[in-house]
Amino acid sequence: MERPLTQHITFPPLGLRQYEAVGGYQAARKAIRHMTPQEVTAVVKESNLKGRGGAGFSTGMKWSFVPMDVSGPKYLVANADEMEPGTFKDRWLLEGNPHQLIEGMIVSAFAIQATESFVFLRWAYKTAAAEVRKAIAEAYEAGYLGQDILGSGYSLEMHLHTGVGRYMCGEETALLNSLEGKRATPRAKPPFPQVSGLFGKPTIVNNVETLSCIPHIINKGAMWFQSLSHTADGGTKIYGVSGKVNKPGAWELPMGVTVRELIEEHAGGMKNGYRFRGALPGGASTDFLVEEHMEVKMDFAGVAAAGSRLGTGTMVVLDDRTCPVGFVHNLEHFFAQESCGFCTPCREGLPWTEKLLWAIEQGQGRDEDLALLASHAALLGPGNTFCALAPGAMEPLQSALKYFRDDFERHIKEKKCPYGDHIH
Amino acid sequence: MLTTSEKEQIEKEIRQVPLKKAACIEALKIVQQHRRWVSDEGIRDVADILEMSPEEVDSVATFYNLIFRQPVGRHIILLCDSISCYVMGFRDLHRQLVNLLNIQYGQTTPDGRFTLLPNPCLGTCDHAPALMVDNDLYRDLAPDALENILAKYT
Ligand SMILES: Cc1cc2nc3c(=O)[nH]c(=O)nc-3n(C[C@H](O)[C@H](O)[C@H](O)COP(=O)(O)O)c2cc1C
Ligand code: SF4
Ligand code: FES
Repeated sequence: MERPLTQHITFPPLGLRQYEAVGGYQAARKAIRHMTPQEVTAVVKESNLKGRGGAGFSTGMKWSFVPMDVSGPKYLVANADEMEPGTFKDRWLLEGNPHQLIEGMIVSAFAIQATESFVFLRWAYKTAAAEVRKAIAEAYEAGYLGQDILGSGYSLEMHLHTGVGRYMCGEETALLNSLEGKRATPRAKPPFPQVSGLFGKPTIVNNVETLSCIPHIINKGAMWFQSLSHTADGGTKIYGVSGKVNKPGAWELPMGVTVRELIEEHAGGMKNGYRFRGALPGGASTDFLVEEHMEVKMDFAGVAAAGSRLGTGTMVVLDDRTCPVGFVHNLEHFFAQESCGFCTPCREGLPWTEKLLWAIEQGQGRDEDLALLASHAALLGPGNTFCALAPGAMEPLQSALKYFRDDFERHIKEKKCPYGDHIH
Repeated sequence: MLTTSEKEQIEKEIRQVPLKKAACIEALKIVQQHRRWVSDEGIRDVADILEMSPEEVDSVATFYNLIFRQPVGRHIILLCDSISCYVMGFRDLHRQLVNLLNIQYGQTTPDGRFTLLPNPCLGTCDHAPALMVDNDLYRDLAPDALENILAKYT
């Protein structure tokens, strides 16, 4: 089985010469020297690569919305914020093979004819920051960045920006505000960033894993990329599992492996003494999947059909000895804290939700609280808030109310947490 | 008052962006690098150099979790309190840290050595629970490992 994204991951990562020795920067050479920007975009579109940042939008399609005939700068941004709880795939790519990301950025920037690019990296990723900084410097030195790349006439600058900590910085329009030195609040769409983004100029924001796929698509073609997958969504996917499993970790696998394969085979099954109760398939802002979903294929359509989202593809497992109410309370605490406060339903609704869950967890819940939680789940759902943070926050809650209702009811009836320990 | 070195670094950032204001976060980072935190005076100084109002600069500074508007200790402990670390027992780490340091979240030890802060997912959930001290990441932690870790930081 081919693992293009991770086959050359090492710690410390390959330096530029070593990366070149395993075929690195061939895609950049090929694209810049022998392809037109339109051809690059067409191949990526045909490969059926869907964004790995969570929303799963076709990457080539997104690029094709950039107006190519405007004057002035265009921008490409690598979204390396990765603050979604339970998600740790981009860290692996950043620390293990930063040149792959940079090469992906060069090719992507060429496709939209961007002249400036940024890696937006979160504060806590210190090792990644050092490796990316080093790799960018090496790429400049070798002539893959800067003026007149490889004598082609194409020029691209690349900067590393380290964030100052806020989940909202991952939302693409909030990220642009943050790059402009402002609070990371989201922007109204339209206009979309592809048309009016950073400093009002056309901008593409792509996830680290998405960008890391690009050199391989250019080298080996759209059909090859599609053939890596078990399903209609092209490529491999970096999946991960954390929680009470025997071998927590991340693996590059064909797109579309089943939940069972991930948990039982790759993660080595549940730890002795623990039973599987459910999992968030793609980070904190996805609905629970449960026992009946073991055969669900982990691609965008498969997980959606099961009532959840593939999200980041990194799964958090809930076991039978962890309280589902405490689990969801922890998630809502995170979302309430990280709400940017820009729109009222989210600013007011999330702390309320958190308080209700905390009361239930501590045995002070009332019968009517479950209906109240359900109404929050609806009122903060899609369409009622300015951005996707609040609807994302409601996904684990609404599905917990559905699948673990007994647990909520027991807390209220017995006036205590049946699982014990809840001191924070 | 900004030092010459702070000023020079900020000026350099200003030259890289199309609008002075756009250097706001970078300027705050520079001040914090030099002084560990950003005081009201620091906010006013940054506002002056960027031709912004102090309120505007403060609204940016207070938005971000890791710009400190209060004095912090010599070492910052960021304890991951997100979901995988929750499942894997970050609360036991928290209890042990509170025991060892005798401070709550947001507080600094009286000797100015440590500030303890909760932090969202450190992106190492497969090695939960985890925490960072300054630039160092510690993973797969058990509470009894904490004493030795803290001892490394004077
Ligand atoms: C609150 C919030 C946080 C997000 N955080 C991230 C993130 O850390 N990294 C990321 O790549 N995408 C994140 N996204 C998704 C981005 O908005 C955007 O869809 C993505 O970066 C696009 O890249 P892609 O097309 O390659 O997936 C977040 C979205 C929301 C609503
Ligand atoms: S939904 Fe929440 S995070 Fe998004 S804009 Fe509204 S307040 Fe901000
Ligand atoms: S939840 Fe703690 S590192 Fe991800």
